[in-house]
Amino acid sequence: MSDVVLRAHAVGKRFGGFTALSGIDLEVRAGERLGLIGPNGSGKSTFTNCLAGAFPSHDGSFTFKDAPLAGLKPHQRARQGLARTFQLPRPFRGLTVAENVRVPLSFGGRGAATMESAMACLESVDLAGKAHRMPKELTQVELRRLELARATALQPELLIVDEAMAGLSHTEVDQILALLFRLNEGGTTIIMIEHVMRAVTEFSQRLAVLVAGRKIADGPPADVLALPAVEEAYLGR
Amino acid sequence: MDPDLALLLNGVVSGLLLGGLYAAAAAGLSISFGMLDVVNIAHPAFMVLGALIVALLWAATGLDPLLLSILLAPAFWALGAGLYVIYHHFFERRGDEAIQGLAFFFGVMFIVEVGLVLAVGPEQHFVDAAYAATTWRLGEIDVPLRMLVPATVALAAIGALALFLRHSFTGRAIAAVAQDRDALRLLAIDPIRIKRLAFGISLAFAGLAGGALVVVQPVDAWSGHVFIGRVFAIVIMGGLSSLGGCVLAALAFGVVENVTASFFGPSWSPAVAFGCLLLVLAVRPQGLFGRMA
Amino acid sequence: MSDAIIPALPRPAPPRRLGHAGFWLAAAAAAAILILALRGMGSEYAYFAATFVLQYVVLATAWNILGGYAGYVNFGAAAFFAAGAYTTVAVGKAFGLGLLPCIGIAAMVGGALGLGTGILTLRLRGAYFAIATLCLSVVLQTFIVNWSYVGGSRGAYILRPRDVPFGFDSYGGYLCAVVLVLAAAAIAIARSIEVSRLGLGLAALRDDEAAAEAAGVPTLRLKLIATSISGAMMAVAGAPLPYLGSYIEPTSAFGLSYAVNAIAMPLIGGTASWAGPLIGAVLLSSLQQAATVTISSAANLLIVGVVLVVFVCVAPRGIIGLFRRRR
Repeated sequence: MSDVVLRAHAVGKRFGGFTALSGIDLEVRAGERLGLIGPNGSGKSTFTNCLAGAFPSHDGSFTFKDAPLAGLKPHQRARQGLARTFQLPRPFRGLTVAENVRVPLSFGGRGAATMESAMACLESVDLAGKAHRMPKELTQVELRRLELARATALQPELLIVDEAMAGLSHTEVDQILALLFRLNEGGTTIIMIEHVMRAVTEFSQRLAVLVAGRKIADGPPADVLALPAVEEAYLGR
Repeated sequence: MDPDLALLLNGVVSGLLLGGLYAAAAAGLSISFGMLDVVNIAHPAFMVLGALIVALLWAATGLDPLLLSILLAPAFWALGAGLYVIYHHFFERRGDEAIQGLAFFFGVMFIVEVGLVLAVGPEQHFVDAAYAATTWRLGEIDVPLRMLVPATVALAAIGALALFLRHSFTGRAIAAVAQDRDALRLLAIDPIRIKRLAFGISLAFAGLAGGALVVVQPVDAWSGHVFIGRVFAIVIMGGLSSLGGCVLAALAFGVVENVTASFFGPSWSPAVAFGCLLLVLAVRPQGLFGRMA
Repeated sequence: MSDAIIPALPRPAPPRRLGHAGFWLAAAAAAAILILALRGMGSEYAYFAATFVLQYVVLATAWNILGGYAGYVNFGAAAFFAAGAYTTVAVGKAFGLGLLPCIGIAAMVGGALGLGTGILTLRLRGAYFAIATLCLSVVLQTFIVNWSYVGGSRGAYILRPRDVPFGFDSYGGYLCAVVLVLAAAAIAIARSIEVSRLGLGLAALRDDEAAAEAAGVPTLRLKLIATSISGAMMAVAGAPLPYLGSYIEPTSAFGLSYAVNAIAMPLIGGTASWAGPLIGAVLLSSLQQAATVTISSAANLLIVGVVLVVFVCVAPRGIIGLFRRRR
């Protein structure tokens, strides 16, 4: 197996006449921490949805762990080790926190779905104390952590974290970052989609920038952020 | 003329007239279901309620049934506004719209229908409008006024409604509530008040459609059932919140049903119509959800 | 004497902790007591009333597998119910088979119908699915009305066999025992789905289908399994119907009272667990039996409607929700 865990080739997506994404080429190496940034509406979430299988028809192709993803349903991609979080937390509101985590444990096809493994998973995001609460009793930051716990319960090779920091306090951002660093040390490749620049720059080894559905830069964070085009995209609007 | 062709032409023309009636029945639902996202499955039951009240009033006063149904509209408006207040209080506000809300209207439908059976009996009721026996003949084609007058009145009322939605401030607010509730808040319009008003209009149209229905055919308490699938089919095929689409779909629906009935027998026509809806639902759901995205 | 055994009945309150063996023992004990009690009364009407109630237990439990666990509202319960009833008529007429094989075939027909409905409507959510099932009901009724082999719109007569099997004192008693077994089986199926992986997956997709997919839940396959099981069980509920009344015609077999009861019973009892439909069905159908006898058959439907509306407004979690604190 090659060093590259995910390869996107000429990925594009149109909604009616509107081109949301076009000609995206991207390679992500195993164990890498990649930051994906861009202004609102630049196509970051569209890219995530194409990759996770939520938009079944798009241009171009994805190769994950040397196998094409085309034709695979979202749950099949999840089972292959491709996990995502949602921008707005989407817990299963009728299930307890522990049961929320038991869903990916039971259906992810990786390891047993015992109460112990669910608790271990919640332990890792500091939610073990609330295992038997309902989601509506959780705070916003706890919901973000539950969202992460549900994604990591799949034991993914690649985790896409979609704006997990928005609206969180400084310490809360640090908590989530620490969690993501721990996961990455365990071998999980992470793509972080984020507006909170402090978090992205602290976390990422590499940055890719989307503007108006196109990738305009890709490289080490310091170099990318120094590019005039990137500055213009962020400040010039 | 070839007898088959004559049969077909007659089927098409009376299908169009039938479609006018369907348009009246579906227009109200296009507001509640299409614009307000309130799945009022009891809409046809309220239509039957209107039909039976018109029949009773006609028997008592001898006034024209369509005129009676227009006079009834304010009462139906008030009924609708009241029903929406209950629905909003128990479901919309709580965010429990899906299953509980559906079941609520299902129960309301039952209460209306059984209430009617208990109040006026299970038998069919009818009216005799002054023009009911007259039929215009255009060549080989029959145009019974019993169908033409209700269809015309219904289409005129829908036209008036469309003008109201497009040109009055309140009407535009109703159209806006379908798209973006927060935008209304910014304009300092209470979306709940607008929705209450709109739901009232929706039920007023149910009453009006009832008046048209009872001119066309005898009505009993359960007559609404066959209309449930029909009106939802029409509203969905018409593109949910578009009155124009709703009228076109209604006319198409009437023609398909009527032509089927004239060639294969009336007992087959519901299956064809509902089969159409099932196909639309199965093949083009993305068109249905377009507005919500 | 019977007072000493009554505590063994499966009380609806905390049954989750009861083991499978304990549950089955309790269910068998309850069934045995019921049969003995009915036999003690020895009246055909008691058998009829009990069969009527139990048939609704099966129907409501079946509806709840799709409606309660997966959150898909099926307005077409009457269609599945009637499909079962007409399977009995058609198969009985064509091959001369008795009730039991007919029930088996009805399960297959209902399962296939459920699978077909699922495939046709799988992309529909919420109200659209509900309306599609309502349409399915009308389409199916049209076909039955036009199918003269099973009597068309005139209906069909079914003669109860003269000899009563297995030493029962009457055919009514036999029918009641059969439906009782079906009810117990339905509840057992619902209960095992609830505690299984399937139940967890259905609960996840009920709350958020996209999030469930992202968590690895094959939502489409689980939905098809749920529509098939639910459809099969609803048809099974309808299969004994022709023998119960000896006469069947489309308008009553497809009657909206089945559809509304199938929805009202679980919602009134509580959709979250198997006990909800059981409680709702027993309460509501007993109430209707009483109302039919004492008032009129129209009034009993009015009662169902009013009770349904009041419950969904005031107690959205049903009777169980009133008694059980939220987990």
